[in-house]
Amino acid sequence: MSPDQRQYGPRHRLLSVLVENKAGVLARVAGLFSRRGYNIYSLAVAPTDDERFSRISIVVDVESSPLEQVVAQLDKLINVVEIGELHPDEAREAELLLVSVSADAGQRSQVIQLVGVFAGRIVDVGHDAITVMVAGTPEAVDDFESLMRPYGIAGLQRTGRIALPKLDEKLSASGALAPAADIA
Amino acid sequence: MELTGAQALVKSLEMQEVEVIFGLPGGAILPVYDPIIDSPIRHILVRHEQGAGHMAEGYAQATGRPGVAMVTSGPAATNIVTPLADAYMDSIPLVCITGQVATTAIGTDAFQECDTTGITLGVTKHNWLVTDAADIPHVVREAFHIATTGRPGPVLIDFPKDVANATMEWYWPDGVDLPGYHPPSHADPVAIRAAVELVLAAERPVIYAGGGVLKSRASEALRELVDLTGIPVVTTLMARGSFPDSHPLCLGMPGMHGNYTAVTAMQKADLLLALGSRFDDRVTGKVSAFAPGAKVVHVDIDKAEIGKVRRPEVAILADCRLATEALVEVIRTAGPVDHSRLAPWIATLQRWQAEYPCTYDRSEHGSAGAVTGGAGRRPTLKPQFVIESLRASTPPDTILVSGVGQHQMWASQYWSFEYPNTWVSSGGLGTMGFAVPAAIGAKVGRPDRMVWAVDGDGCFQMTAQELATATAERIPVKIAILNNAYLGMVRQWQHMFYEERYSEVYLSPDLPDYVGWAESMGCIGLRVESPEEVTPAIEKANEIDDRPVVIDFRTDSMEQVFPMVPAGASNDDIVVYQSQSASNPEALQ
Repeated sequence: MSPDQRQYGPRHRLLSVLVENKAGVLARVAGLFSRRGYNIYSLAVAPTDDERFSRISIVVDVESSPLEQVVAQLDKLINVVEIGELHPDEAREAELLLVSVSADAGQRSQVIQLVGVFAGRIVDVGHDAITVMVAGTPEAVDDFESLMRPYGIAGLQRTGRIALPKLDEKLSASGALAPAADIA
Repeated sequence: MELTGAQALVKSLEMQEVEVIFGLPGGAILPVYDPIIDSPIRHILVRHEQGAGHMAEGYAQATGRPGVAMVTSGPAATNIVTPLADAYMDSIPLVCITGQVATTAIGTDAFQECDTTGITLGVTKHNWLVTDAADIPHVVREAFHIATTGRPGPVLIDFPKDVANATMEWYWPDGVDLPGYHPPSHADPVAIRAAVELVLAAERPVIYAGGGVLKSRASEALRELVDLTGIPVVTTLMARGSFPDSHPLCLGMPGMHGNYTAVTAMQKADLLLALGSRFDDRVTGKVSAFAPGAKVVHVDIDKAEIGKVRRPEVAILADCRLATEALVEVIRTAGPVDHSRLAPWIATLQRWQAEYPCTYDRSEHGSAGAVTGGAGRRPTLKPQFVIESLRASTPPDTILVSGVGQHQMWASQYWSFEYPNTWVSSGGLGTMGFAVPAAIGAKVGRPDRMVWAVDGDGCFQMTAQELATATAERIPVKIAILNNAYLGMVRQWQHMFYEERYSEVYLSPDLPDYVGWAESMGCIGLRVESPEEVTPAIEKANEIDDRPVVIDFRTDSMEQVFPMVPAGASNDDIVVYQSQSASNPEALQ
């Protein structure tokens, strides 16, 4: 997959799914996507501040299946408590990237400079490579990744997109998430 | 009160008023089978776990109550996957309990271990792996709640052996704690009013009744709606019996093998009122050409069904009965309904009914009176004639069960259904072998009713061993095998779409010897080879009430199911019976 294709386009929509924090819930969600032929672009899951629940952030490819159908099927899972869509302009989105870049003595300073521009952090240094951590908007992380490519990437891991609604006056009434029912 | 996990499970089932469990014991479920001895719950020992699942389905379909099956781990669990998938497709409430290896052995490839919850994830509404005996009562309560509410469906409880042997302090929960489960019930009045507006304005409306009508017990409400509005009804394979076939506005079954009028009425309709139906591909044919001029009002309790195939003009997310009652209420308060508006439409439908009834070649051979053929040749026994004769010789409230294939379509076409829950068939999954065990389950649930299964010879061979169960448990079901010596529906497709190249479809009429097989299992076995023997054999079977009866009807191998909409074709391209298309060429338009 080329870096360009990795940009989040209109075919990608972000669902924020609140689930009961029980064994096997992730398998239920992933299994549903697989058996109904829906495509997951990225998925991140972690417990919320309430230990009974976890939040799964799923970027869904809606080209092959309408979002409304994906949401309705997800909602049928007994352990799924709430589903909302986060629109990019109404949400704060972030992603974390770890990347090991080939950087010999000659190139190291250029790489370190770019890491500085993206407010990243060097987490490991070897003789010919360094490992960098960058957190930011998915677009910034995309940019950083494509800037690193020419140096040679030895290893790369992204967390997938996570998001919360903006603390905007527009959202104060609803408390944030667009209820699943309103998703067209 | 301290109980073992096994005792708590059985007691929980008693609390849920379970009257019968269909099951088969084995290693991991052994602890639960001990308290079964002391429980008032009847246990029916099946011969194969698939039988337990289909019996539970038949029980549920005939009674409207959840069916319960219990089997052990590993191969037993995988054997019951087919009934779970079947129940999931047809929204049948089932509670399945499987044994599991001890929690300490899970994941070690222990003897008879398999990942039952993982395997059944996609074919259950929900499932549980119980890891603490203290959870048993609330898991059982949740299981029955989920299986029977909203869109019903199968659930599974996987029950490790050490949990069964552990002890717990007995309690019974007041309710369920399911923060993510809120099935809809009442309809949105705004949507109801919008629907009524369309209903009252339509000139060619059709009610498209699906299985949801039966699941929600909406038959009476549907009858009221029809009598109030004068709108004709089609009943899908899953909805046969939800509206009486004898009603003048009942058009019968639509779909791939539906009758001409039901199929064409939907095609030409300007409004489809879909009640608990899901626009299945067997009903719509080619979706883009389905009912092109119709607006759609879709009533369903499952939000994912609304708009899945066809986007409705009005969506009503609700229990089908409550929504239908609300429609009746609003229409009634709006004043008297003018039925004359629909007169031209009804006249058209009646003309189609007269011109294109379901038919077969009775004149050449078939009915008892029409003895044809050369000297020494017996007249051919037509499968449709067997169904008609069976209907004529059995009480109106007889429960009819079928397997899957040609015989199923003939049964649905030629049986006249008068009451809800008198038709038990495998619809969505199309599970061959369904009939024998499902009939047993139906008879267990409704011992007061006569229960007949119409089965194919291919289907019968898949699950016939359960007749040993029926004999042992004194469950007097009656099985009519339409023995055409072929996998008939496959043969029909090879005839029509594969240039009559018959590949692996011949089964032989004599192998096995169905009469001998039936008798070896303690049943009465009868064989019928010509039309005049049909009714006497049925009458003889009807008199036997202490054991199962199997009749081997030797039917015409060449007979095909018509009408037929070829797979992927538009419903406008319905192919009617040969004799009709010859005399009425416009039928093929």
